[in-house]
Amino acid sequence: MTRTWKALQPYTLVTPQTLVFLLFLVFPILMILIVSFWDFNGYAMTPAFTLQNYIDIFTSQVSLKTYLNTFKYVILVWFFCLAIAFPVSYFLAFHVKNQKWQIILFLLCTVPFWTSNIIRMISWVPFLGKEGLVNQLLLGLNLVQEPVQWLLFSDFAVVLGMVHLYNFFMIGPIFNSLMRIDRNLITAAEDMGASGFQILKEVILPLASSGIAIGSIFVVTLVMGEFVTVRLMGGGQSASVGKLIATQIGSLQYPLAAANAVILLAVTLILVVGILRVVDIRKEL
Amino acid sequence: MNSPVSTSSPGVTLAQESAESKLQQELAAQSSGVTLRSVTKKYGSFVAVKDINLDIPPGSYTCLLGPSGCGKTTTLRMIAGHEDITSGDLLIGDRRVNDLPPAKRNSAMMFQSYALFPHKSVWENVEFGLKMRNVPPAERSQRVNEMIEIVGLSQFADRKPAKLSGGQQQRAALARALVTRPQVLLLDEPLSALDENLRVKTRGELRRLQKQFGMTFIQVTHGQDEAFSLSDQIVVMDNGRIDQIGAPADIFRTPASRFVARFVGDNNIFSGKVSGVALDEQGAVIRLEVEGIGTFFCRGLAADTGMEAGCCVRSDSMDMLPYPPADPTAPNQLTARITAIEFTGYITRVSLMVEATGQEITYKVRSSEWVNQAVPEGQLVTLTWAVDECVFLSH
Repeated sequence: MTRTWKALQPYTLVTPQTLVFLLFLVFPILMILIVSFWDFNGYAMTPAFTLQNYIDIFTSQVSLKTYLNTFKYVILVWFFCLAIAFPVSYFLAFHVKNQKWQIILFLLCTVPFWTSNIIRMISWVPFLGKEGLVNQLLLGLNLVQEPVQWLLFSDFAVVLGMVHLYNFFMIGPIFNSLMRIDRNLITAAEDMGASGFQILKEVILPLASSGIAIGSIFVVTLVMGEFVTVRLMGGGQSASVGKLIATQIGSLQYPLAAANAVILLAVTLILVVGILRVVDIRKEL
Repeated sequence: MNSPVSTSSPGVTLAQESAESKLQQELAAQSSGVTLRSVTKKYGSFVAVKDINLDIPPGSYTCLLGPSGCGKTTTLRMIAGHEDITSGDLLIGDRRVNDLPPAKRNSAMMFQSYALFPHKSVWENVEFGLKMRNVPPAERSQRVNEMIEIVGLSQFADRKPAKLSGGQQQRAALARALVTRPQVLLLDEPLSALDENLRVKTRGELRRLQKQFGMTFIQVTHGQDEAFSLSDQIVVMDNGRIDQIGAPADIFRTPASRFVARFVGDNNIFSGKVSGVALDEQGAVIRLEVEGIGTFFCRGLAADTGMEAGCCVRSDSMDMLPYPPADPTAPNQLTARITAIEFTGYITRVSLMVEATGQEITYKVRSSEWVNQAVPEGQLVTLTWAVDECVFLSH
């Protein structure tokens, strides 16, 4: 008896987390999975086993377009996050020699997280809006004759908002992987005649790939489920699966929303597995 | 212990011999000496290397030896081209290379812990230098294969460095450095990351490979054992200056300064005043008065009467006699009390103290001899030594 207790003791350490996972993650997902096969009408949903929800989604032009639009956001946001984060991390890791400054500048990258998402999104409005600062500037400089419309409530605004929100999730892992690169490897490459670009291509990028992969997983999964930014920055113009699900819940089409959620989850998992297939991230963990 | 080095050691098998000897001849033929003339390195107002002059003959194995911060690594990195030279000239062969980038100097460097690219296989690591120099692929792969075969890693060519033993990593690093046919190989403490057992084995192999290729090797190390066992020539550095240059046996037997005497270890060092110099065919016998201990006669090249100087005696070159000595006024003897006796295996190490001055003395003796001699702790004894064992230290 006491021996069994001794053997089980370590597991008590992870019990709370396991319970939280079971209660608030596994159980709800199972519920969603079940509900996605239920039937519904305008007033109520009824337990059943029907594939109609899935068939509706796969045959509807609107949902197909919404999925494609979501992928568009994922690709654009991922691309811009990478394009911004890699040079920033490179600068922090290789050009800032002083460790104190490295920490200060790295923390500076986290500044966007010091206020809430929604407030940050809303504060774009006076900046990008029709009467906003950017338009005033452009008009004042006589660069445009009429206010530029696509700055706000557009795909541009959505992507801008998400890049701004999620960029740090890319910077963190890439910076971390760059910091682990043995500086002697770079000296060795120089010693063998590699140019700056060759060092980047042959040594730094391959060794940063696991960091890029982890950052990409963060960004891709976050953007796949995006809903708040799309709603606030896109106005009524932009659609994403997340927003579609929210709309369906709003109109009480729970089984349809559940089916969309299941598909979204599956697609996201496929993307993550795809990234892990390309890059071995074990050395980063 | 099942050593990864010896079990997979390549040796020189007959099958490889022709390719090997051809490449060896090539490497040996173009291996060059290195000359430093009044080389100085400053970082702001801090002088890391002060006006050093050094000649490294082609085909030799030279170790830059000294404690950390003595300027040895800076010197090596200046030769490699990874540090700028503040003033002075650096020649590889007859060519002044001060302002050339590392890859244009015809030197190659082997790094601390080897710095093999972890994401590339052995083959790709060795290929790297040729690829960066735009050597055509056909020639590239032929040279890489040849080099990998010579260091005996053919069957490991596809492995990543992490899957190699320490000795194999060393050979991969050497192959990577030598594949570009450098005139000189620079080694930055390549053995310091290894544990003691492996270090002794891999350094033996390093020496063997250097002889095999007949190449100029310049290595930085802080371990005197390593320097003694590897080098043809040792350069002892301290505080950015060269203290002594010489063959290992010379450095060991006749250190030129107190610093060298202390650094090579096992020396008892005394300070005193020169009271007489007598020249003979081997140089000079110098008489040194060491206050509170006695009069020492030591060997040196020259000295001025009245100058403050020192001398050293190796702890294993002394004889222990009973106290009191037969002739209390005889030179080259001292009286000390035994404070500790340590049995360390082959050697027994006896610590003593000269009571008049508090100076600590170490006496080392073969344990088998000590058994017959065995004096207990706390006893007064007399230590004596021959004039030739006592080395004069001018500074």
